[in-house]
Amino acid sequence: MTNTIELTVNGVPYPVSIATDRNLSGVLRNEIGLTGTKEGCDDCECGACMVLLDGQPVNACSYLAVQAQGREITTVEGLASGEDMHPLQRNILATGGVQCGFCTPGMLMSAHALLERSPDPTLEEIKIGLSGNLCRCTGYARILDAVEATAVEINS
Amino acid sequence: MTFTIANTLADVLVALAAGARPIAGGTDLVVGARQGKDSLPETLIAIDRVGELRTIEAADDHTRIGSGVTHSMLVSDPLIVEQFTAIADAAALVGSPATRNVGTIGGNVMNGSPAMDTGAPLVVLGAEAELSTTAGSRRVSLDELWVSPGRTSAQTDELCTALVLPNPPDGAGSAYVRLEYRRAMEIAVVGAAAAVTLDGDVITAVRIALTAVAPTILELADLSGLSGRAVDESFFAAVASAASEQAAPISDLRASDRYRRHTIGVMARRATEAAVRRAQGEVIDVPVNRALGVGAAS
Repeated sequence: MTNTIELTVNGVPYPVSIATDRNLSGVLRNEIGLTGTKEGCDDCECGACMVLLDGQPVNACSYLAVQAQGREITTVEGLASGEDMHPLQRNILATGGVQCGFCTPGMLMSAHALLERSPDPTLEEIKIGLSGNLCRCTGYARILDAVEATAVEINS
Repeated sequence: MTFTIANTLADVLVALAAGARPIAGGTDLVVGARQGKDSLPETLIAIDRVGELRTIEAADDHTRIGSGVTHSMLVSDPLIVEQFTAIADAAALVGSPATRNVGTIGGNVMNGSPAMDTGAPLVVLGAEAELSTTAGSRRVSLDELWVSPGRTSAQTDELCTALVLPNPPDGAGSAYVRLEYRRAMEIAVVGAAAAVTLDGDVITAVRIALTAVAPTILELADLSGLSGRAVDESFFAAVASAASEQAAPISDLRASDRYRRHTIGVMARRATEAAVRRAQGEVIDVPVNRALGVGAAS
């Protein structure tokens, strides 16, 4: 059955007609056209599809799109303000926390949710906050540096 | 395939009576469907916005955890962390922050996996499941609820609405630890929960339950001989050997049966040691796995 619903993504309402079994990441990428959210494992293991639902990170690959109606969805496209990158985006580039880039949108969303909830996290809290996100390039150290640098920036 | 979002418990129970299946966070249901295990039910009712299911209520002699309470809510609830600590230990280990934000204790219990993390803590803390229909509610013990891997004795029109636990006595402490190979998105290789009550140095009550070593969560039998004993090395050794003896593990991709039988003794001992320390008043941060470096290394 096709459901005609509205999804609010980065503050913009998008009307979509979708089958019940469609996942949120697929609808974001195909119907809505926001391809920043990546599809990695499609199995809730890698975190490349991480989006925020009412501010909380959720694996969009394994979340039904119809279940997100009425919630505020935030994707990586919602981080920047116009041409100005979000401090996390700026810092992850500056520290060298981006290599192939496939994990980056998901990392940014998990890190953003963490800093919104806990603006001055310990290194252990950052590791837990990013624990659902895999990166096969960087070895994580520079991603953690970027989150720490952003926290310092927010708190100064 | 139809999908409805419920706002009240009454709406959910009417929908279940008409054949709908409930979805909360979907962390088992949707992942399972996408892996091709089971297709999604024909009629789904989303229960994650039903406020009545998302509360933790403390009464004089018991505490009621709504089935829609998420793992994140359990870990950040002071009552759960202080009084029902093993549940918080377990909830903190489930999946990743994303899983914990939408995954619920009711979903964990009703999915019926022998590897569920919150199951063994609920057993040792004496929880009963409240099952509700449009006609009313009943309470069942978890032993009666879990039948086999992925199967419960609940009827299809019954919704698990809460887990109801007796409030622990003075001098009680509990803990859950699990063996894991990585620190996120992990399923227990084996796990153990312990709840102990102390009177000074003497154990007055002890319950231990095991994760992922039998078709359902397994509570250790015949522990009455351990009550009335002092907390000492021989007590912990007896716990470890009872766990290894009573476990009935299988071999699968996570571990062999022999490895599980050995490590379950180690985990049962560590859970019991942590529960005793908590019963003595020591604060060990949640989860024990991270606080004491049990399970995967950092």
